[in-house]
Amino acid sequence: MKTCYAQAYEIRKLVLKSLAEAGSGHTGGSLGLADVFAVLYHKVLRHKPAEPNWDERDRLVLSIGHVAPVLYATLAFTGYFPVEELRTLRKLGSRLQGHPGRDFGLPGIELSAGSLGQGLSVALGMALADKMDNKNRRTYCILGDGELQEGSVWEAVMAASHHQADNLCAIVDRNGLQIDGPTEKVMKLESLADRWKAFGWNVITVNGHDHVALIQAFELAQITKNKPTVILAKTLMGKGVKSIEDDYGWHGKAPSKEQLKGFLNELNQSRRYDKMD
Amino acid sequence: MNLTKAGAMTKWINKGSKPTRTGFGEGVKAAASKNDKIVGLGADITTSVGLHFFADAFPERFFSLGIAEQNAIGVAAGLALSGKIPVFSTYGVFAAHRAADQIRISLCYNNLHAIIGGAHAGISVGPDGATHQALEDIASLRALPNMTILSPCDATQAFIAVQKAVEALNNPVYIRFGREAVADFTAEDQHFEIGKAQHMRNGRDLCIIATGHLVWEAFQAAERLADKGIEAAVINMHTLKPLDEDAVVAAARKYRKIVTSEEHQITGGLGSAVAEVLAENYPARLLRIGMNDRFGESGKAEELLAKYQLDAKGIAQQIERWINS
Repeated sequence: MKTCYAQAYEIRKLVLKSLAEAGSGHTGGSLGLADVFAVLYHKVLRHKPAEPNWDERDRLVLSIGHVAPVLYATLAFTGYFPVEELRTLRKLGSRLQGHPGRDFGLPGIELSAGSLGQGLSVALGMALADKMDNKNRRTYCILGDGELQEGSVWEAVMAASHHQADNLCAIVDRNGLQIDGPTEKVMKLESLADRWKAFGWNVITVNGHDHVALIQAFELAQITKNKPTVILAKTLMGKGVKSIEDDYGWHGKAPSKEQLKGFLNELNQSRRYDKMD
Repeated sequence: MNLTKAGAMTKWINKGSKPTRTGFGEGVKAAASKNDKIVGLGADITTSVGLHFFADAFPERFFSLGIAEQNAIGVAAGLALSGKIPVFSTYGVFAAHRAADQIRISLCYNNLHAIIGGAHAGISVGPDGATHQALEDIASLRALPNMTILSPCDATQAFIAVQKAVEALNNPVYIRFGREAVADFTAEDQHFEIGKAQHMRNGRDLCIIATGHLVWEAFQAAERLADKGIEAAVINMHTLKPLDEDAVVAAARKYRKIVTSEEHQITGGLGSAVAEVLAENYPARLLRIGMNDRFGESGKAEELLAKYQLDAKGIAQQIERWINS
């Protein structure tokens, strides 16, 4: 199975560079999700970067808008817009808003979001519309684990299984950390898989940095009928930059321009290479 | 427009009593029969908010979402992003307050064409009491960019408002309506334009700007005042956002004295909206009639309207006292 560790590496580099240029933003979660994004955009989603509004595209709803840097880096890297534009992240007049905003015209943005707890409901609405129209495209929604503390998420979880939205796939970034500290200290989420199962979802737990496991999980989600699938992707906040990995202090902080060189070096040292078979 | 001659401009005929929620519900069904993009979303109180007309006629286009308003607004946003025109209806209190953040971000920031039915507006909800009487919903929604707020004055107008919200707009719309049967007096072939106030009655001494079914009460109040030699014009402000500022300024120029009348707190709703326009453009004496910084209570609709002086008699009394003060 072909993996895409090379793409994930490039995405992480772009994340770090754009955040250092911006001077603020969310580094930890953006690095942690780079593998999920690389796999989604290179192996899973049916999409056309040159035709972002293609009517048959799969849709990705980013509910945790604060990891916008990894979405932007992935979109630029896959050809939605020039990579140079990443330098405008979070700046006045930029299409790359701190949290994604459709109004600003960046190609590939499906939803303006960032107030936690809202994206899964919107993704469900998209999935229900596709069911009505007999379209076989799929809708993906990325949530944070801390976000699951929002009650509105569970309204959507309940409704998605009630309406048997098997064309909907949620991905939870299970890095175990939030701003105040570990999720299990701030507000316990375990046992998380059991909770989703109890609501009627197909639950797959994977290592969110293992591309083979991720690809298999998405394939399993695609063939699961009558219930939506959630992929609990176990990730490391800050993945790839050893000195900040698993450090919740880096949830909402950007590297300085001085730190950037060291971070890129660390990233290079931790680099994984693709398996070819 | 001729504002000089006192008395009714048009013959408004009370065709009988009908709840505005029924006008809304029949309106959704009628619009849906012409437009297959319309999808209905229910939050358990489907019949109570008038959506059952649609749900019964188009079950394949209706989704039951349970008692979960925040999710319903998000689902509406997702449907709208897929080219549907979702109509979600629940009590105004739950839409405007429980789901306020979803309305702000998922609907308004994304600027999506979805229709929210805000049922059980005002104190005339009656015996259910304060929890279910929407008295701050306009205040909650009026500050949101991209939002349109409609407040039809009777069932016939509610029906028309739905058609206009579907055909003439492409943004989030909140349509506010009541529970009780009230006078159904506007014409089916009336001219109704979103954002353009309707002049219901000419006057001489003052102008009452009313919204919702209090337009009828204001109309009756004007008749009572006329008996005492006070000629009040009446304007139906069926669109609360965007507000017809020209109509407000024209009324202030003409009549100098303005009264607002609404089943809502006097802060944040029609009264505030009119006060803002007057203060910036043409300062005039203003009396705001509505709920004055207090919650409602249980009682029959007519008892509550009487207690809080929101019926014709109460409005006339408040105006008479004010004009003579």
